[in-house]
Amino acid sequence: MTTPLTPPPKKDPQKRTVSPTRPPEMRSRAALGLTAAAAEGRFQLQQCAECGAVQYPPRDACSSCLSPDLPWTDINPEGELLAETTVRTSTKLYFRERTPWRAGSIKLDAGPTIIAHVHGDVERGARVKLLNRLDRSGQGVLLAVPLTRTPDMEDDPQMRALSSDPKHRRVLITDAKNPNAPALAEALAAAGSSIIFVAEPETWLPYPGRERLLAVPGVEILPMDVTDTASVQKLAGEIGGKVDILINNARFVRPGGVLARGDTTFAREEMEVNYLGLMRLAQSFGPGMCSRTADGVNSAAAWVNILSVNALATTPDYGCFAASNAAAFSLSQSLRAEYRSAGLRVMNVFVGPTEDDWHQPLPPPKVLPEGLARDVIRGLKEGLEDVYSGDVAKDLFERYRRDPKVLEREITMGSEGA
Amino acid sequence: MKRQSYDGVAIVAPFSTPYQRYSIETAHWWIAAGLRGSLKAANLKPADLDGFTVSSFTLFPDTAVGLTQHLGLTPRWLDHIPMGGASGVVALRRAARAVQAGDADIIACASGDTNHIDSFRQLLSSFSRFAMDASYPYGYGGPNANFAFLTDRYMTEYGATREDFGRICVAQRANALNNPGAVMKKPLTLEQYLSARPIADPIALFDCVMPCAGAECFLVMRVDEAEKRGLPYARLSAAIERHNAHPEDPIQLRGGWTVDIDEFYEMAGCGPQDVDLLQTYDDYPVISMMQIEDLGFCAKGEGPDFIRAKDMTTKGDFPHNTSGGQLSGGQAGAAGGFIGLVEAIRQVLRQADATQVTGAKRALVSGFGMINYDRGVCSAAAMVEAS
Repeated sequence: MTTPLTPPPKKDPQKRTVSPTRPPEMRSRAALGLTAAAAEGRFQLQQCAECGAVQYPPRDACSSCLSPDLPWTDINPEGELLAETTVRTSTKLYFRERTPWRAGSIKLDAGPTIIAHVHGDVERGARVKLLNRLDRSGQGVLLAVPLTRTPDMEDDPQMRALSSDPKHRRVLITDAKNPNAPALAEALAAAGSSIIFVAEPETWLPYPGRERLLAVPGVEILPMDVTDTASVQKLAGEIGGKVDILINNARFVRPGGVLARGDTTFAREEMEVNYLGLMRLAQSFGPGMCSRTADGVNSAAAWVNILSVNALATTPDYGCFAASNAAAFSLSQSLRAEYRSAGLRVMNVFVGPTEDDWHQPLPPPKVLPEGLARDVIRGLKEGLEDVYSGDVAKDLFERYRRDPKVLEREITMGSEGA
Repeated sequence: MKRQSYDGVAIVAPFSTPYQRYSIETAHWWIAAGLRGSLKAANLKPADLDGFTVSSFTLFPDTAVGLTQHLGLTPRWLDHIPMGGASGVVALRRAARAVQAGDADIIACASGDTNHIDSFRQLLSSFSRFAMDASYPYGYGGPNANFAFLTDRYMTEYGATREDFGRICVAQRANALNNPGAVMKKPLTLEQYLSARPIADPIALFDCVMPCAGAECFLVMRVDEAEKRGLPYARLSAAIERHNAHPEDPIQLRGGWTVDIDEFYEMAGCGPQDVDLLQTYDDYPVISMMQIEDLGFCAKGEGPDFIRAKDMTTKGDFPHNTSGGQLSGGQAGAAGGFIGLVEAIRQVLRQADATQVTGAKRALVSGFGMINYDRGVCSAAAMVEAS
């Protein structure tokens, strides 16, 4: 039985904040396939395309037939716990500070023997299921859990370390005026977030969602505009030490490609909010969050960017907006690498067209705020890096994965022209 | 085709440096000390060597190649054997073939490692690609965690208890007290073993070897060469090696010896009952238990019962790891793959001083090495006999 986490006591500012340490990061190139699968929340192993043998640890050639063709494939994640240990001392600081640490040797039904982290609720010799999750170094690792859910299982210390679970954590959502904000706040409250700061730009202007936001338990509305450096720095000075998860939900969107617009005015706004806004937030809130990634139950855990899926492949209907999101996506990858040394996760949530005024001309399906909020919470609980929210985003990503060049053509095809 | 005999091979001048818990010296320094000891014992100069093999973990960035220039050797046969606990037997086996074939006349088989304050942690971080990818990220227990899995499974499968493993450790400590070069100097009781600090359950403190600095060395030449020089020598009557045996086993309960053991005893012209002393590779007692079974002293799973009825000290009816092994002598890196072999040579040469087993004529030495991912990959064994 997992002992449920209790809300952390108020922090004593006299006490030292535990320095972030990390599990080992180095991997072979082949092993990064596990990380890539974990980033999306999939359990995949290499399977030989010629003889079908499932491989583990990751290899460059099949251990049955020497074929080099070893695609990462969804594999049945079930197996049996053959042997286990509880590590009580380690030369690696990250584990040394977290002992006792349970690990086991699992015979997978699909073939290989796998060394994995073992959840506290797994019984000796039990049948288990393996989850592929990112650890604090951002690498894919395997966790054996019971076949059926157990009460409070997410509170198991090893499982929690492989997530960015919002339970007992404090969250900052940027842009209270974004129609997504109330749904995000409600979902976070339901997931157990203790405080939900919501940043409000242009505080003198009324907007429809304010009452609904204020009705959510734990919500505090505070002034901040991501285009105003001083306001971002001011809020970071006030609450930066208490932000465990930051959800960058600010967005400026207008339709149109290059020729549909007469000038660069909107493009400037898009870059100000969607790209430079992210940079301002990161420069003000990032260092503080990085220093608090080992700070107990409410340690800093994740940075969430909500991006248009057209950051991956543009559509001329929203070409300039997509360009600002592509810039933000690229910046998020840099940020992810910079945060990784502290163990802070960057999660990008790619959305298709959202149900709002600026996407009115587009046909359904569109992403509703509640659907987006659900995907954000799931991504945080599973510790993902990449979340595709809504059918359009999932469809576009599958095509992108298949062939980005083909996607570029099919997405921009349609007008017969003169 | 069966292996041909090792007739005409002489094993000469076993030498062990005293071990040190930590050293400020380098692997080069330790290997030189080991080599010098053997050469001195054989009254030879470095220039007399025309063959050289080395095993070491802390020699980086050098290999055997760098050592030739560093130590002023000009061999016509050179090898570097990165097989950890199997290195000693494998070095002997290959050197024996080289002198039989005339590829070299006098070969030094050297091993040694240093142990700086942080060497062990750094060694672990770059031990193998599979360990880096698939075992160390899971608690970073190092070999302790890997052997904890094997011990846990062995206990479940065969009903072994911690006392069974403790008997091996306690007997070896008694042996080590007669070895002035051993790192461990205090007696160990079964009660102390059982109540020791847990490290990676079911492994506790006295199941683990102490990393240290040290070197081991011996020479291989033809019998006529040894006799010409008036050097006492031991013979090699059988030797085997096997790597990555039984990959289909989901967890390691047996090693590669099981594949070759019948031919091994056929070559040696004897059976396990004819062996005067046994040197197993003892990085953890479960591995000694596995070797006792796989080398045919008892059936699989009967190791605990077998050793319960035996006295494993130098004065007992089943002398085992007579110098204290690695568990009490210390693990000087790759020299840990030589400690049992060098001691076995001393035993049959009657040079073992306080650890001498009375009437020792035939010693079985086995090696086991390299937890690449979830199991030891290399296994080897040699039968060393008085001439």
